[in-house]
Amino acid sequence: MTLGAAEIDAWFAREVLPLEAALMQFLQHNWRNHSDITDFRQEVYARVYEAALKKVPERPKQFVFATARNLLIDCVRQGRVVPIEAASDLEALEVAVDAPGPEQTVIARDELRRLQAALDRLPPRCREAVVLGRIEGLSGRAIAQRMGIAEGTVSEYLKTGLCSLVEILYSEPPTVRRKL
Amino acid sequence: MSERPIVSNAREIDAMAADWLQRRDFWNWSEADEAALEAWLSESVVHRVAFVRLQTGWGRTERLAALRPASDGGIGGAWRGQVVPTLIRATAALCVCGVVGFLAFRQPAGPQEKVYAASLGNRESINLTDGSQIDLNTNTSVRTLIGGGERKVWLEHGEAYFQVKHDAAHPFVVIAGNRRITDLGTKFLVRREGDELKVSVIEGKVQLDAAGAGAQPQSTELNPGEVAIAKNETLSVFSHAQKSLTDQLGWRRGVVVFNHTTLATAVAEFNRYNDHKIVIADATTANLAIGGTFRTTDLESFIDVTQHVLGLHVVNQGNKTVISR
Repeated sequence: MTLGAAEIDAWFAREVLPLEAALMQFLQHNWRNHSDITDFRQEVYARVYEAALKKVPERPKQFVFATARNLLIDCVRQGRVVPIEAASDLEALEVAVDAPGPEQTVIARDELRRLQAALDRLPPRCREAVVLGRIEGLSGRAIAQRMGIAEGTVSEYLKTGLCSLVEILYSEPPTVRRKL
Repeated sequence: MSERPIVSNAREIDAMAADWLQRRDFWNWSEADEAALEAWLSESVVHRVAFVRLQTGWGRTERLAALRPASDGGIGGAWRGQVVPTLIRATAALCVCGVVGFLAFRQPAGPQEKVYAASLGNRESINLTDGSQIDLNTNTSVRTLIGGGERKVWLEHGEAYFQVKHDAAHPFVVIAGNRRITDLGTKFLVRREGDELKVSVIEGKVQLDAAGAGAQPQSTELNPGEVAIAKNETLSVFSHAQKSLTDQLGWRRGVVVFNHTTLATAVAEFNRYNDHKIVIADATTANLAIGGTFRTTDLESFIDVTQHVLGLHVVNQGNKTVISR
């Protein structure tokens, strides 16, 4: 079955993104150089998305981790980086794919509280802009007026705040919503 | 895999995607802008996944908006003039006073005031004259004022489970510190520990009110599966899986249930029920996950698991047990 971009986007958001905490853990576990991890994550996502454009994988979780494993193997083969640990761990990866990931943990996380902690970690002025925009619902222009700063600066604050908040949110499995 | 080079600038692309998002959400957005965004997304699947990822995560922050005071539409209302520096300040506006309740129990006729308590490691069940039931967990004390149209309970400290007989004409109110929980026909759990208050709704609905000096009255309605945590002036609401709520009520059967719970949380939970305390020596140990169901008073089994399943060192030191790597 092939789907349109909007449907693939929705599928990706629903099936793939909730795996991010587990995926990052997997990559960190199996790759020595942690500065590569963000690139790896995006590469895995890009590959999964490309594959889904042709055919949506039936078992998203297995597919994501198989993709991650293949990527690591590719990188070792190409000698992109030569981490001894990664090479010796390649067989262990096979096992890791089937191991239950943190996303199976149905502990619901207090998302708002985490958001709040995330907000508190932003630089003060940046946080102020995000609070005004996200909680008070002000427009960028209104934020600029309220804070007495240039609109371009507001943009920068919102951009940084948005990136940081999302990063923190994905670093833990999402809140589980179940039928009651 | 494809002709596309392997991703090497993920952070840069994330920043670009974030810029598109904030431009779309906070500034004037024309059809030309939309077309430009579409073009950027079509340029590379790497752009698209970055954008979808950020957009989805950003969507999750929407719940933040729920903290905004409902009555003033946000702009120029309660927070006029001063920029709200943190979410903590922002949520202060959600508060109302519970002190009013204290005036009621002085009335001579009708309502009767009573005090109930469960000591450390014990639990109690109270049947109120209005047909409602309260279960008290370890180290808990409540004061009740029932009768003559009054139905009020003060949770002084600890944790209590309420099964309320609904009576729309006479709302059942639980007061915990400066917060007030009003039953809208329901079963709910209230836990008060230090300055933190946690309200979990199992069935029906409750209304949670709080008060900050001079703030206009605000209230939050909680539905089944929703849990509110109030601390100082902050209020967070989130959803729990049904199972996790049932687990939280394990104490009514005399058990605690852990499901990938950190050792720190599990130990804190055990320490609520026992004089003999468990102490964790280091952060790594504190972050280990543990699962299972234990009797609240069966420290031995719990310590056994940490020792033999998690492989930790256990040292007994008089009235405490120290667990370390």
